[in-house]
Amino acid sequence: MSDSDCNLCAIGPANPVESVLRLDRIPTIWCPGCGIGTSVNSFAFALMNSGLDLKKVVIVSGIGCSGRVSGYVDLDAFHTTHGRAIPFATGLKLANPELTVIVYSGDGDLTSIGGNHLIHAARRNVDIKVFCVNNMIYAMTGGQAAATTPGAALSTTTPYGCFEPDLNIPHLVDAAGACYVARWTTYHVKQLERSMGEALKKKGFSFIEILSPCPTYFQRKNNMGDGLAAMEDYKKRSKIRNGAPTGEIAIVPGGDIIVGKFVDRERLDYLALMRQQLGSHYHERGCQTC
Amino acid sequence: MNADPAAVREGTHFMNGDAAACEGALAAGARFAAGYPITPSTEIVERFASRVPEVGGLFIQMEDELAASIAIQGMVWAGAKSFTVTSGPGFSLMMEHIGYAAMTETPCVFMDVQRGGPSTGLPTLPAQGDMMQARFGSHGDYQVIALCPNSPQECFELSVKSFNLAERYRLPVMLMMDECVGHMTEKVVVPAAEKIYVEPRRRTAKAPGDYRAYECGPDLVPEMAHAGEGHHLYVTGLTHDKRGYPVMNPATQRELVTRLFDKIKLAKNDLLMVDEDQTEGADVVVVSFGITSRVAERAIQMARAKGMKVGRLRLICVWPFPEDKIAALASRIKAFVVPELNMGQVVLEVERTVAGRCRTISVPHPGGTVHKPEDILAAIERGAR
Ligand code: SF4
Repeated sequence: MSDSDCNLCAIGPANPVESVLRLDRIPTIWCPGCGIGTSVNSFAFALMNSGLDLKKVVIVSGIGCSGRVSGYVDLDAFHTTHGRAIPFATGLKLANPELTVIVYSGDGDLTSIGGNHLIHAARRNVDIKVFCVNNMIYAMTGGQAAATTPGAALSTTTPYGCFEPDLNIPHLVDAAGACYVARWTTYHVKQLERSMGEALKKKGFSFIEILSPCPTYFQRKNNMGDGLAAMEDYKKRSKIRNGAPTGEIAIVPGGDIIVGKFVDRERLDYLALMRQQLGSHYHERGCQTC
Repeated sequence: MNADPAAVREGTHFMNGDAAACEGALAAGARFAAGYPITPSTEIVERFASRVPEVGGLFIQMEDELAASIAIQGMVWAGAKSFTVTSGPGFSLMMEHIGYAAMTETPCVFMDVQRGGPSTGLPTLPAQGDMMQARFGSHGDYQVIALCPNSPQECFELSVKSFNLAERYRLPVMLMMDECVGHMTEKVVVPAAEKIYVEPRRRTAKAPGDYRAYECGPDLVPEMAHAGEGHHLYVTGLTHDKRGYPVMNPATQRELVTRLFDKIKLAKNDLLMVDEDQTEGADVVVVSFGITSRVAERAIQMARAKGMKVGRLRLICVWPFPEDKIAALASRIKAFVVPELNMGQVVLEVERTVAGRCRTISVPHPGGTVHKPEDILAAIERGAR
């Protein structure tokens, strides 16, 4: 089957988000029913409606299925090493504050191998936007347990069921000082788009957790059906509770999925604090030799 | 292009090698750095943190060396010159990002002030045990440049040079210092800014749409564009084609990895940086680098006083290894003597290059202090026989 025969992958000229995608990179590597592409659709609309000069918007990702997002969006894009998208993005933003810097990556990448960087970027309040696709599993490597695998879920490395407690990511970044914290599922495409738009405008470290199905591994291993079944599950279990205390929104298997905007606070960002602290020690001077 | 006078402290100073390396970075145009504290390298960024606000830059202390070694690369793609500093344990943690810099052709500088290892080893005492790691420490095949200063003056000069070479060849450059050179205080002459050459970044003049990030001319070094310039860059550590797009096949892998090697092969004359003395007619040539070269100098003088014909070949640029130079000498002398503050690393390259044409005598030392000149002298005497 040639690419043009694949009507699953074909992006017609009428597709409204085409202008912000790298059409020469489509079809994507993602499986049918995967939620990552759905989140990218919301992201694409958020970008188009943001009013930002997209020339100055940069996307950075780590490694994993979600880490491939950077390759499909038509922005300056950096596909970095596993777990290290946030420190790379920190360097980009600090050296050129004109850029809007987005980190788009997965739960394993951002909260496990990259967990230390997540905490400290939130603490420092570096003005970057982190969009974390949480599919509750290491998908790219074939379905191993993650720090986000809930309850006694099966994975290839927890064949008798997971027994490690999972991480409540919004609670972590809230505690570390993030300015904006939200959670949506890939069922909530409109809310997610709006939330991404807000994060793009927000000054300071902003974080959105995007719960997303992985039909190939997580759903299949745990007899949860396909991508559509995951949407029905999200629809049934999700409760919108804006402002909910993040300590109370841990994901419980079969329980309510609390979604919404939990944190929206003002705090001086890293560069503003630096300028304030350095005062007259800091001399504005563009690089003369770069 | 010359250095920015605002960043250059012209004059004669009394400073240690760490401070001089920092002054070199500032002179070379580094306005951003990221680091994580580790003895005996920290003085470099302590000074940078204090100096760089004067010229509108910043130092960020990251949460670990993994973060520091990739944050600097974000800074570079934003348009800055940037570097990090570390020592053994931190250098080990930075390896993945040295590979990322080599693969993505990100010009940046890693300063490693070497201390005794393995593991935590001797935090405050010297060694030269990271030399092979500097060359081969990251996975896969790639090339780097590694320079070894033997005095605070050279810490300044080679620091400038490290940034210049990183820009010229678009790869990570290692400034391989050691605890002795880093903490030794000597006279350092910082020239006037207009006397300091600063290599500009090889920025593309092509318009967005015409520019392909990894297309290159005869020197095999691609032109660079920065984030925010409208080029729709795609930079990845995956094997990539000329646009930078991932392509997973043997042909693309071959083309890319071969070019990463060939761009350094083409530069071998530019990168031949040795300090050579009386090798003409010598029976023995002492090959050394960094602090060990200063101890070796004493041994060479002692041997010459005894009437032996001894030459000096100090490697200022250790990687790429000066194969042609060593090979040419090998067929004219009896032996190379190679003292180094490790159990025998660079000597392996000498031996390989010599290929049996003369003897190669290793003078290993596990570190913690420097060699005794007598030990090097004894090796010279053996070689002269
Ligand atoms: S493996 Fe899972 S997360 Fe990865 S593309 Fe397939 S469905 Fe999506």
